[in-house]
Amino acid sequence: MSLLSVRDLVVKFAMRNNTVTALNKISFDLARGERIGIVGESGAGKSITGFSILNLLSKPGYIDSGSITFDGEDITQMTDPQLRDIRGNRIAMIFQDPMVTLNPVLTIGQQMVETLQAHRRLSKSDAEQIAIAKLREVYIPAPEERLAQYPHELSGGMRQRIIIAIALLLDPQLIIADEPTTALDVTIQADIMELLLELCQSNKVSLILITHDLGVVSQMTERTLVVYAGRIIEAGPTREIINDPQHPYSQGLINALPQQTPRGEKLKQIPGAMPALSAVPDGCAFNPRCSFATDTCRKTVPEVTRIDHLEVACHEVRRHHETEEVAE
Amino acid sequence: MNSLSDPHMEPSRLSKAWNSNMAYSFRKNPVAVVSLIIFAVIFFMTLFAPLIAPFDPYDPRSFDIMLSEIPPAWSDGGEAQFIFGTDDQGRDLWSAILYGTRISIFIGLAAVALQAVLGITMGLIAGYVGGRVDSILMRVADIQLSFSTLMVAIIFLAITQAVFGSETFNQYAIYMLVAVIGIAEWPQYARTVRATVLAEKKKEYVDAARVMGFGPLRIMVRHILPNSVSPIFVISTVQVANAIISEASLSFLGLGMPVSQPSLGSLISSGFDYIFSGSWWITTIPGVVLVVLVLVINLLGDWLRDVLNPKLYKG
Repeated sequence: MSLLSVRDLVVKFAMRNNTVTALNKISFDLARGERIGIVGESGAGKSITGFSILNLLSKPGYIDSGSITFDGEDITQMTDPQLRDIRGNRIAMIFQDPMVTLNPVLTIGQQMVETLQAHRRLSKSDAEQIAIAKLREVYIPAPEERLAQYPHELSGGMRQRIIIAIALLLDPQLIIADEPTTALDVTIQADIMELLLELCQSNKVSLILITHDLGVVSQMTERTLVVYAGRIIEAGPTREIINDPQHPYSQGLINALPQQTPRGEKLKQIPGAMPALSAVPDGCAFNPRCSFATDTCRKTVPEVTRIDHLEVACHEVRRHHETEEVAE
Repeated sequence: MNSLSDPHMEPSRLSKAWNSNMAYSFRKNPVAVVSLIIFAVIFFMTLFAPLIAPFDPYDPRSFDIMLSEIPPAWSDGGEAQFIFGTDDQGRDLWSAILYGTRISIFIGLAAVALQAVLGITMGLIAGYVGGRVDSILMRVADIQLSFSTLMVAIIFLAITQAVFGSETFNQYAIYMLVAVIGIAEWPQYARTVRATVLAEKKKEYVDAARVMGFGPLRIMVRHILPNSVSPIFVISTVQVANAIISEASLSFLGLGMPVSQPSLGSLISSGFDYIFSGSWWITTIPGVVLVVLVLVINLLGDWLRDVLNPKLYKG
């Protein structure tokens, strides 16, 4: 049985006059210890997916339909105390900007002890011992002294390490990392990612990595979901998606990587911009930017088709695949 | 604890405080320094009033009607034992001012404490919970703000005075004043706190706290409130000054402290009848004390606002 199973998840935002669909029938599974990446442009719905899993969407967002089954229980049906027991304890989340994620007026020690005591009956000194052990696990030098320090006394990379240590405090089964290195220096990014990968592997923690960085995804994850305008348009093993993407949008993303363009040439980019969620076109959401778009693409939403290891939602890919099969 | 922490390098708490930005800006601001000195002098003199005052202004037996309306010591007909002269009952004005300022400051601080408790609670709940709760609490605050503090206080105090009789009222006047000024002004706090909470609530550390599985009460009290203290400090100084003025006004109108236990306002009021018969000092001297007290508190509040407002912070 998979650890997390999301089925037909629809998330909507109630605006003044109408509702906007932010996530449209998202379905995916996550096995124990598996690491998946969710990739997409800003506003595609990556972060909202992360927040929905913790049932922490803030108004005006809400889960309209679908289910999120975590370890056999449906998160969308849980009461507040049940949810609080899961948050932090069994599912932890790491945010983008370590400068603002830690509470500026509490010391590192206070924040770590508080987190532990919120979920377990522990004395302060026992909690501090666990905190020190976790800080050591993320390679924080002199962890005993860090406990008495305030977040502003530490560097960005150090803070993100501490945030990872806090996420690991209660030995969660799943970590959701929402662009964990975007706000960091490039040299520190690699360190943090390596640390996160190492900790997930050694503690057998599942990881959902939300990012727009395909390079990071290829190093960190086993499977990748490509999200566009609130829908999963392609899903499958990371290596296949990076090496042989099927969906025109994924192809565009890969081609847009600077490494794909010879020196001196203009970088390739996908023309246009992702539509606003209030103005998603009919049919395939990608059709106005797609060079293969046909009339079918402008009218009907493409179904998910399985092609080898990949699941792709595209009319053209499907047609192409079917003709190939017939030819064989 | 560890070889890295050298005790000789570690600055003490006191020197840390002395070298902080706040202390630096304080030292560079002569108005704030003078205000704090004056406030400290007034505060400690009133705190130790029983030791300093030459007479007990609460003991009518020590008054001598033959010694009433003696002008201050430095003017014609003044007597050395009454520095600021005596009032219409022969009470030493200097002692009365010391005790009266003590009452004024006590009422000011206690009323503000009450306002703060009420207002911070309401503001936190309104800001954090939001929605309908927010609308209801803030409309209540709006309605209360549309009555002037003095009007509410006058009606309330006049009714209690009529119901309980002035004997009982005078006995509990000090608590009545604290309650009435405290309750009448809580919306000031509630609004300020709510605005800060709305801004703090959007920050990621609050999301992080919710992700950690903390309950709403813990997030409000332990995470958001400590991050919202600077506007609370600023508003508190202004509110103390306002509460002292409110108390003086009510006492002046005869709805506050009784003449047997005068605050600054009652002293001003008691001398008011004699101001045109030449006994100017009974009203003027307590009046000057009141103005100076309120002024230094407000100046300190101004300084505090400048220091704590990052937009005005000039490094």
